[in-house]
Amino acid sequence: MPSGKPLLPIATLLCAVIASGCGGSSGAPDTITLYNGQHEQTTSALVKAFEAKTGIKVQVRSADEATLGNQIAQEGSSSPADVFYTENTPVLEALQEKGLLAKVNASTLADVPGRDESARGDWVGVSARVSVLVYDTSKLKPSQLPHSILELAQPRWRGKVGFAPSETDFQPLITSIVDLDGKAAAERWLKGLQAGAKVYPDNETVVAQVNNGESEIGPINHYYWYRLRKELGSSGVHSALAYYSPGDPGDLVDVSGAAVLRSSSKRSDAQRFLAFLLSSEGQQVMARSDSYEYPLRPGVAAPAGLPPLSSFKAVSLTPAQLGDGSQALAMEQRLGLL
Amino acid sequence: MSTLAPTGQIGGLLGQARVRGRRVPAVALVGGLLAGALVLLPLVFLVVQAQQAGWSSVWHLLDRHETAVLLWNSVRLALACTAICALLGIGAAWLVQRSDVPLRGLWAVLLVLPLGIPDFVVGFGWISIDPGLHGYPAAVMVMSLSLYPLVYLPVAGAMANLDAGLIDASRSLGLSPWRSFLRVTMRQVWPAVLGGCLLVTLALLAEYGAFEIVQYQTFTVQIFTEYKLAFDAAGACALSLVLVALSIAALGGELALSGRGRGFRGGPGARRAPARVRLGARRIPALLGLFALAGLGLGVPVGSLVYWMARGSSSTLPSTSILAATGHTAAYSAAAAALATLLAIPLSTLAIRHRTRFTILLERLAYLPMALPGLVVALGLVSFTIRYAFSLYQSSFELIVAYAILFLPLALVGVRAAMAQAPPALEEVGRSLGQRPVAVFRRITLPLIAPGLAAAFALVFISCATELTATLLLRPTGVDTLATQFWTYTTNFSYGAAAPYAGMMVLISAVPAFLLSRRMGQISRIGGRP
Repeated sequence: MPSGKPLLPIATLLCAVIASGCGGSSGAPDTITLYNGQHEQTTSALVKAFEAKTGIKVQVRSADEATLGNQIAQEGSSSPADVFYTENTPVLEALQEKGLLAKVNASTLADVPGRDESARGDWVGVSARVSVLVYDTSKLKPSQLPHSILELAQPRWRGKVGFAPSETDFQPLITSIVDLDGKAAAERWLKGLQAGAKVYPDNETVVAQVNNGESEIGPINHYYWYRLRKELGSSGVHSALAYYSPGDPGDLVDVSGAAVLRSSSKRSDAQRFLAFLLSSEGQQVMARSDSYEYPLRPGVAAPAGLPPLSSFKAVSLTPAQLGDGSQALAMEQRLGLL
Repeated sequence: MSTLAPTGQIGGLLGQARVRGRRVPAVALVGGLLAGALVLLPLVFLVVQAQQAGWSSVWHLLDRHETAVLLWNSVRLALACTAICALLGIGAAWLVQRSDVPLRGLWAVLLVLPLGIPDFVVGFGWISIDPGLHGYPAAVMVMSLSLYPLVYLPVAGAMANLDAGLIDASRSLGLSPWRSFLRVTMRQVWPAVLGGCLLVTLALLAEYGAFEIVQYQTFTVQIFTEYKLAFDAAGACALSLVLVALSIAALGGELALSGRGRGFRGGPGARRAPARVRLGARRIPALLGLFALAGLGLGVPVGSLVYWMARGSSSTLPSTSILAATGHTAAYSAAAAALATLLAIPLSTLAIRHRTRFTILLERLAYLPMALPGLVVALGLVSFTIRYAFSLYQSSFELIVAYAILFLPLALVGVRAAMAQAPPALEEVGRSLGQRPVAVFRRITLPLIAPGLAAAFALVFISCATELTATLLLRPTGVDTLATQFWTYTTNFSYGAAAPYAGMMVLISAVPAFLLSRRMGQISRIGGRP
């Protein structure tokens, strides 16, 4: 508190804090820096296992992937980051476009199905989640549920749907509809939602509000519901998941991804980290965590209680085809959804 | 004054600068210019980045029907919330500082605390009470209840500094208590009221998180969309220039209204604190009013935290990481609060004591960053340090400077209002006795503006403690604050695990709030002795 002579203690404090922050970063040669936009608890479990196995230290900087992606773009060739691990692929596509990513080792790319990696080989998929519907079990019977995501825009669902147009998971749905049914159909669908659905800020809110009874149904990714159930306990859950018909534009599999930065001076250590993420060991660490994501490496079992990933056909779009999502974004902006 | 001593040497050189006849102390000039340069830094890089975005693509985004709707939403929200915060802030400050309402010490702390609660918790608290809450009325209510301390605190500081002489004189001249309040008290605290209202308006322009929860879209939505979904930091910066324009309008408005305040005490002699107004039977409604204000502003969000902790399965005893995060938050916030208060002194000195177009402009400039989302200011600093000061990139120092720039206006309002109340005649006396400007400041001005400094420090500290978006960009890698940890858990539905971090933010915000309230109480008591 500034009082009679406030400045000396304050100056001392300032110096102490400044000194404490000036050390650190990028010291020892066997330390890599990870920019982490994924589920932090899972990442720290993965990092611990990697450190124990290789002796390479990992400094983790966690934030939302957009912040980290913008930051890497700003940092350019002087980025302190060696590895970027994200929840979605559009941000990786955007960085790839800017030439900021290095090629992922071929042996790592070989660990996942070809559809789950960059067409140019600059990023690799790590885990998957499935696009589904969450519905209020007290208001809707399974027989009343829509089979296609397109039905949500029909008058019969007016006032009952909640969705999150600004969520990163939403643009892939638009892209998918454009791909299967054309641009006009996608616009009609968005206009229908705009006229009759509630807008929520993110998928966490969609699933919570359906569970609260504020909305009856909404498109989300499967893991939001499992995470909510874990936090509330099954007694607090008044909702369930429903799946789209195979081949429907809503029947999408989104993947999380990882990449090595072109500017990294520790690329071989960084590549080892990526290889570890896709190894059986790394994938099992992830499957056992409470993030409820599907491991992408064939042969590693899905988290307990989830239907197997192979039960979703997801014939439509690969993550690479989804690109950076800019077209879908432009459509939302034109219609005033954003 | 050890840190300012070296500039005293420069004083000899720069001391010739004269503004309106009276010499500007070199220390104030150098300090003011330094503060101005710091504030300009992110603004300049904002323009540089906006340039990279390409004006045509920015114009394409702006040239939509939605832009007008969002701008109108921003403006009408700012107008309504500012008016409500002014009423709540003045009313609460008067009750605590000027009336004999019971439990004043308690209210003085509780009324400040809503500022120390993250927007997300406030919004979430209300949504859990009424899941259907959304839109304009919800946004006005939620934001008024969390921002009124920005008016309350400076006004309470100014009321603690009131002089009984003027009030007694006005009453003896036949003014009713109400007219005396309007014509004397209000006039003395007017700079604090306006300053607080300005802060509310600027904070609202930059706000995003709470509106997301109550589904109210303002212009900042466009900025965040560019940033989060298009990964276009340059576009986000370009759009932010619209907020700069809006805040310039708000600053102009405040300047136009500020002419009405004449805060200086008239006559010579020691200041005497006025006797408190006896409320009599009106104590009950007054108490109920304060109870409602604290209950809605503080009780709802804190209640939801308690509910999360009791209900959430992720609730565990918080690990030791909460201690580390608390330490970081407290140290960064204290350092930034000290720095911002320090920078506010020369700016206020220049703007109040050496009023020219240039010094007014310099002081006004310092308000602009507050209307920008924290991430935009942080992006400006990222882009500067990456190019010109890489060793400072992602250092504690950079984060502290960013906080100080972002929240300098909070410090300015407190310091400026106190400076306006301190009679310049006393400083003249000091100078005429041959004291150097620094000595005059230390021995005369500093004790007079101490409550303002304390209010400034507390406001900045509390705001820093909840800051998230700039922290995510600038903190040293591997360092977590309470806000970043809270964010980590809530994005994962681990509300039970997140709640203790938010609770800790409220607790450490209570420390400066408590010290401040005691300090204000002390002044009134000392002043009250015959």
